[in-house]
Amino acid sequence: MQADHLDGNALAGPLAEIFAADVSVAVSRCAACGLTGPVASLHVYDRAPGLVARCPGCEEVVLRLVRSPDAAWLDLRGAVTLRIPLGGAGPGAVASAGGEPGADR
Amino acid sequence: MTTFTRGFRGRRRGEDDRLPPGQYLTEDFPVLSAGPTPHVPLDRWEFTIDTEAGQTHRWTWPELTALPYEEPAVDIHCVTSWSKLGTTWRGVSLDVLFEDVESTADYALVHSYGGYTTNLPLDDLLDGKAWIAYRYEGEDLTPSHGGPARLLVPHLYFWKSAKWVRGIRLLTEDWPGFWETAGYHNYGDPWREQRYADD
Ligand SMILES: [Zn+2]
Repeated sequence: MQADHLDGNALAGPLAEIFAADVSVAVSRCAACGLTGPVASLHVYDRAPGLVARCPGCEEVVLRLVRSPDAAWLDLRGAVTLRIPLGGAGPGAVASAGGEPGADR
Repeated sequence: MTTFTRGFRGRRRGEDDRLPPGQYLTEDFPVLSAGPTPHVPLDRWEFTIDTEAGQTHRWTWPELTALPYEEPAVDIHCVTSWSKLGTTWRGVSLDVLFEDVESTADYALVHSYGGYTTNLPLDDLLDGKAWIAYRYEGEDLTPSHGGPARLLVPHLYFWKSAKWVRGIRLLTEDWPGFWETAGYHNYGDPWREQRYADD
């Protein structure tokens, strides 16, 4: 029997419609158990009326996304934070030569 | 949309009249789920109705299955656009379960093993419109389709027919459930095509 869920990479396409950055490479913290890990490691249930991404540790819902013909509904209350790697220095950031604090290492 | 069913099933009268707007017919039974399938041992299974006054009515598996049952044959309509006609079930009418429940609440919040919830007006559960179903097409309801028991409310989109049903909370104020808080319609009447919150 095939797995009943996908991994968090399945979120990349649908979320690309909403966010300028690639959220599937972000690190999320589960609001239920505190587990921190890449969004790509979430368990995504897509055979449903929307996408439901669950924590691989406790199976609580971290993120839900519903796409209607004219809107997206995004629920992130199961995530305390998302750490989203950004390449360029943001507004107000101190310019530094090489490797901004937010950059991927 | 024109839809054919296979000839060997025979042409059923009024089939087109039974398909709500925007739906297509399917012969199989797609499995939809927002999470892992809970496996609930029957000796630990229970179904409860909690009233707004704090009273709890409780049925174990032997108690539920000893109640008088009905065998409804109903059309079901999933918000993801498939409909399936003439499905047959066995279950206990909620009229039976509500016989001794005293309540003036207008709203029901259905909750399931695994954490799923869905809301609907209490009236939509009564008067022969809803069942706690535990058999499908002559077989025990499998876990993938919501067994041991699921709610069956066929006049609303099928997300209201909560799989792995565990209980109903009666509320004096409406409390939106899992999909109802994520963009889906609060009521979900397929004949009025109430799919999304703004429909
Ligand atoms: Zn967790």
